[in-house]
Amino acid sequence: MIELRELTKRYGEKTAVDGLTFSVRPGVVTGFLGPNGAGKSTTMRLMIGLDSPTHGDVRIDGEHYDRMREPLHSIGALLEAKGVHGGRTAYNHLLCMAQSNGIPERRVGEVLEMVGLQDVARKRPKGFSLGMGQRLGIAGALLGDPRILMFDEPVNGLDPEGIHWIRTLMQHLAREGRTVFVSSHLMSEMAQTAQHLIVIGQGRLLADTSMNQFIAENSRTYVRLRTPEPERARDVLLEAGHRPVTAEDGSLEVEGARAATLGELAAERRLVLHELSEQRASLEEAFMRLTAGSVEYHAHDLPEGSAGGPGEAASGEPGEAASGEPGAAGAPAPAWGENWRKGQGR
Amino acid sequence: MSTQQQYEGPLPGHQAPPAPPAAPAPHGPQGGWPGQQNAGHQAPAAGGYTSPIPMARTHLGHALVSEWTKIRSVRSTMWTLGVMFALVVGIGLLTAVGLSGDSYTGMPLLSGGLFGLMLGQICVITLGVLVITSEYGTGMIRTTLTACPRRGRVLLAKAVVFFVLAFVMTTLACSLTALVHSTMLSGQEAPAGASGMPGTWEDGTLVASGGEWFGATVGAGLYVALLGLLSLAIGALLRHSAGAITLMLGVVLLPLVMALFMAGEALATVREKLIEFSPLNGLASLYRIPMAEDQDATGWPLLGGLACVTLVFLVLAYTLLNKRDV
Repeated sequence: MIELRELTKRYGEKTAVDGLTFSVRPGVVTGFLGPNGAGKSTTMRLMIGLDSPTHGDVRIDGEHYDRMREPLHSIGALLEAKGVHGGRTAYNHLLCMAQSNGIPERRVGEVLEMVGLQDVARKRPKGFSLGMGQRLGIAGALLGDPRILMFDEPVNGLDPEGIHWIRTLMQHLAREGRTVFVSSHLMSEMAQTAQHLIVIGQGRLLADTSMNQFIAENSRTYVRLRTPEPERARDVLLEAGHRPVTAEDGSLEVEGARAATLGELAAERRLVLHELSEQRASLEEAFMRLTAGSVEYHAHDLPEGSAGGPGEAASGEPGEAASGEPGAAGAPAPAWGENWRKGQGR
Repeated sequence: MSTQQQYEGPLPGHQAPPAPPAAPAPHGPQGGWPGQQNAGHQAPAAGGYTSPIPMARTHLGHALVSEWTKIRSVRSTMWTLGVMFALVVGIGLLTAVGLSGDSYTGMPLLSGGLFGLMLGQICVITLGVLVITSEYGTGMIRTTLTACPRRGRVLLAKAVVFFVLAFVMTTLACSLTALVHSTMLSGQEAPAGASGMPGTWEDGTLVASGGEWFGATVGAGLYVALLGLLSLAIGALLRHSAGAITLMLGVVLLPLVMALFMAGEALATVREKLIEFSPLNGLASLYRIPMAEDQDATGWPLLGGLACVTLVFLVLAYTLLNKRDV
């Protein structure tokens, strides 16, 4: 259990974390989501006492981190920035960590095996790949067999196999009754791993909700119609009591209707359809809509306002913002925009 | 869009929610982690998790063992101390060969050890700095302070482990050099009619007194280890390898270099003070060849001064370490 109370951190003029109050409960994977620069890493650093808060506090199982004598038994953390001396072998790296917490040496071998690094135990991490480095970090987090685990962007730079491994590991750890707190800037990643969700933007809490609820509240389903006779189709739909909305590319979007019903309606009225499909706005889109106002780095070339409803008018922005966002680790950022467009049907 | 709507505070019943329907979680290989399969691990979710690993109440001893593992498991330790050893003993040997002969060399029996150590101390300074700055450079410091949030304990453990190691190694190297010198250079005869020559004389031949032995071995070892400890404190303050090493080299070398260029009467006192309190003079005095006016200096008062300065900087480093974010 991690409890934050009005946690605030300022660096000079800039407020990185702004009055965060939430708690992370055991038994589930809690996703910690926010755009780049939202304050995720700072929050995590505050949790394990690397930075000291300007205001408010954090308690780990009711205790302040810096009062703990054997913190590795309580909380294991994988931080984004590598915390490994490249010239010290993996084994010795874990050994010195274990010794400082009075953890028996045999545990070092155990965790190395757990993460699959037993063959490179005597190698220097300098030559490790990103994935191996990440595994070594996780081995360090698991060393004390802690009740709480914290991972900062654990899948960054991993290959699909590594991603799958970490995902399964986190779920397994949570099932054992541990508190698992994992940060990410990828909603799609969280959707596959987390059961609870905490979203922050510009250091402020935007959402603290279960994943199911988040999906229910934030995802929008609609049916898309494409037809050579949009004017007539519009009338037909209005007549039948639907509320079609013309999207940017000329297709019609109808919320709250099933594709089958609309198909039958079109057939009845002899309306030619080129497309009839049920669309589900992606979680990515929901996330972006939520954090729209708090994206740190906006790109300024916004598209012309879409002709959609109120929800869409607002959502034109985050898609662009996300795709133009600097500092994302290569692929993820553009992928956001793409997903969003797909969902939007542009 | 509204943040107020989303936030709903603690969810009482979310202990074991079903997997999100939108994204079926891959329920991968169960127990795919060897070592995670013991029955003790399968505690019910609601009860929290209890580790089967025994917990030990940690104290400074744990930190000391950990720091010892750290210092012995990086190459820089082996390199700096190895080079120090080679410089001190090697140059000591060369000096002894150069000075050997029956005639008086003009200085106390063990003084020749100074030349090697003047170079060798730079290695110890480098190691002292690296012990702490390498952690900042690599990010290891975050791991260290996560594992041991009591930062004072970390700093103390580092200081103790480094100091003992540096002291033992330097004293060993110096003792070896002193042995070589006393063996190869003994038997020097006093020139006829001369008096007040540096060195201890016994029946007309040059010998080394107990004080000289002590100064040239334990004294020199302590002095250099203290310099290294000061470097460690400076490293903790600056958190930057190159900066801290440069600063320490400046502290060790500059007073003497500056004094060299201070000609003229007006600056005479400044020059004398610079020479007297230069770290190199302290070391030279321990070898009984002081650079300052006072030819009877033993170097021990300067060593005491260095210890005080080191302590002050360690306390400063401790204070800042506790204050600063990592």
